[in-house]
Amino acid sequence: MIQFQNVSFAYEPDRPVLQNLSFRIAPGESVGLIGANGAGKSTLMKLLLGLRQGEGRILVDGTELNKASLSEIRRKLGYVLQNSDNQMFMPTVYEDMMFAPLNYGLSREEAERRVDAVLERLGLEDLKHRHNHKLSGGEKRMAAIATILAMEPEAVLMDEPSSALDPYNRRIVINTIRSLPQTKLIASHDLDMILDTCDRVLLMSKGQLVADGPTEEILSDRALLEANRMELPFCLAGRTK
Amino acid sequence: MNKMQKALRELAEMDELAAQNSIIHRLCPTAKLLATVLYIAVVLSFGKYQLSGLAVLLLWPVLLFQLSGIPVHICFYKLRIVLPLVLAVGLFNPFFDRAILLRLGPLAVSGGFISMLTLMLKGLLCLMASFLLMATTNFDSLCASLRKLHIPGMLVTLLLLTYRYVGVMTEELAVMTEAYSLRAPGQKGLQVSAWGSFLGQLLLRSMDRAQELYASMLLRGYHEHFHYAPMKPFGPGDVVYLALSALFFLVLRFVPAAQLLGNLLLR
Ligand SMILES: Nc1ncnc2c1ncn2[C@@H]1O[C@H](COP(=O)(O)OP(=O)(O)O)[C@@H](O)[C@H]1O
Ligand SMILES: [Mg+2]
Repeated sequence: MIQFQNVSFAYEPDRPVLQNLSFRIAPGESVGLIGANGAGKSTLMKLLLGLRQGEGRILVDGTELNKASLSEIRRKLGYVLQNSDNQMFMPTVYEDMMFAPLNYGLSREEAERRVDAVLERLGLEDLKHRHNHKLSGGEKRMAAIATILAMEPEAVLMDEPSSALDPYNRRIVINTIRSLPQTKLIASHDLDMILDTCDRVLLMSKGQLVADGPTEEILSDRALLEANRMELPFCLAGRTK
Repeated sequence: MNKMQKALRELAEMDELAAQNSIIHRLCPTAKLLATVLYIAVVLSFGKYQLSGLAVLLLWPVLLFQLSGIPVHICFYKLRIVLPLVLAVGLFNPFFDRAILLRLGPLAVSGGFISMLTLMLKGLLCLMASFLLMATTNFDSLCASLRKLHIPGMLVTLLLLTYRYVGVMTEELAVMTEAYSLRAPGQKGLQVSAWGSFLGQLLLRSMDRAQELYASMLLRGYHEHFHYAPMKPFGPGDVVYLALSALFFLVLRFVPAAQLLGNLLLR
C-alpha cells in the first residue's frame, strides 16, 4: 500500500533530516513509527502526504507520488495532525466533518449520512453540533479523528495521537485506533500505545531507519531502544532481558 | 488569558449568537447584508454638523435589537475594545474647529464639538449595524451571499479565512503574553523595547499555524472554493424587510425628522 524507496530529505542543505529510507507497508497493516524527538517521524509523514518533496520514490497503491498523482493519493490518506487545534478550522464538529466529503463531490445529504455514521461508530453523537473551540483536549482529538474518518481514507496516518491526553482519554483513543480497519501508520514515542495498537514497528534515529520488525520483539529489546534514546514500554519493563 | 485577549476572543465568537432563532435571524443573509450596507452608506452620507438628523438613525439598530432578541449590553460588551478606538477618531475636532455654531443659553457650542459628536455617532452606528449583521447571520452564509452578489471567490475565501485565523492569532497571543509575563513579574503590559520582536514572533507563529491549517484543508480535498451551506432563498419576507428598511433610511435621510419633532413639541 505504502512504499518508500531510498527517500532522503533535508530542510536545509547539509542537514539531512531523512536519509535513504526504504520500507513497504502492506494493506491493512498497523505500523508504529517510533523514535526520539527530532528523529524525523513527522517529516516522513509530510513527505508521504506530498507536503514536502525529497529525493527518492514514494509509492501509494503502486502509484508514484508526483504532481499529477498528488490529489488522488491525498484522497486515500487521512492525516491526523499532532495538534488538533490546527486540524479543525470550521466552527462546529459537524461542519468540519462535512468539509472533506463536500470537497470530494458528495451531496449534502450523502455527506451528512456519512458524518452521522462515523459519529455513531465512534460513539460521538453528542459532539456533532458542539463548537470546536469549546471541546476538551480529549474530545478535540476524537473529533479530529472523526473528521478524518469522514473522508473514508484507505490509510490513516497519525502523528502523536496520544500526546497531551489524560489516561482516560488516551485509552479511548487507543481503543478507537484498534478498531479501525484501515492501514495505519502511527508516529509516537508513547511505546505503550504502540504496543497496544501496532503489529509492526519502524524505529528511526536521526533520520535513519535502524530497526523494522514485530512490535513485541523491538519494544522488548532494551539495548536497542536505549541506544536510540528510548525506554522500554512501561508494561514490558518488568519482564525482559 | 489576559483581559485584552479575552476581549478579542469574545469578539471573534459570534457563532453562538448567530445560531439563535428570531425573525431577523431567519431572514436571507443577502437581504440583511444589503440593508446593512445601505444603512452604513446613509449614515456616512450625513454632513459633519447634521447631528440631530443622524441621531434619529439610532432607531434602526434599536429596532433590530428588539426584533432579534440580542441584548444591547452584549453588543457593547463585545465591542469594548474597538469602541474606544472608533470614538477617539473625532477627539481633536474641537481644537481645530472653534467657530461658534450654536448657543444653548449661556453655553456656546463650537462647530468642532458638534462634528466630534457626529463622527462618534457615525462610528457607533456603523459598528452597531455591523455587529447586528454578524450576530444574526452565520459567517459562512454571509460569505455565501457575498458570492451570490458576484464578489470574487478568492476575496470571499480570504475573508472567511481571516475570520477563522483571528482565533488562531489570539491564541498565540495568549500563550506569548503569558510566557512574557511569567518572566517579567510585576511589570504592567509589554515593554516598548520588546514590541518589535514580540510582534515578529506573533506573526511567525500564527503563520506556522495558518500553514498547518491550510495544509489540513488541502489534505481534505480543498480546491479553491468553499462549499458553503445552502442559503435560505430570497423570499417575500426578505423583499418586505429590505424595502421597509430602505424606505425608513431614505425618509430619515431626507425628512428632517428631528426638526419636525422639535417644532411640534415647541409649538
Ligand atoms: N520546518 C522546519 N524547518 C527546518 N527544520 C525542521 C522543520 N521541521 C522540522 N525540522 C527539523 O527536522 C528534524 C526532524 O523533525 P521532526 O520530523 O519534526 O521529528 P519528530 O517528529 O520525529 O520529532 C528536527 O531536527 C527538526 O529540528
Ligand atoms: Mg513530530
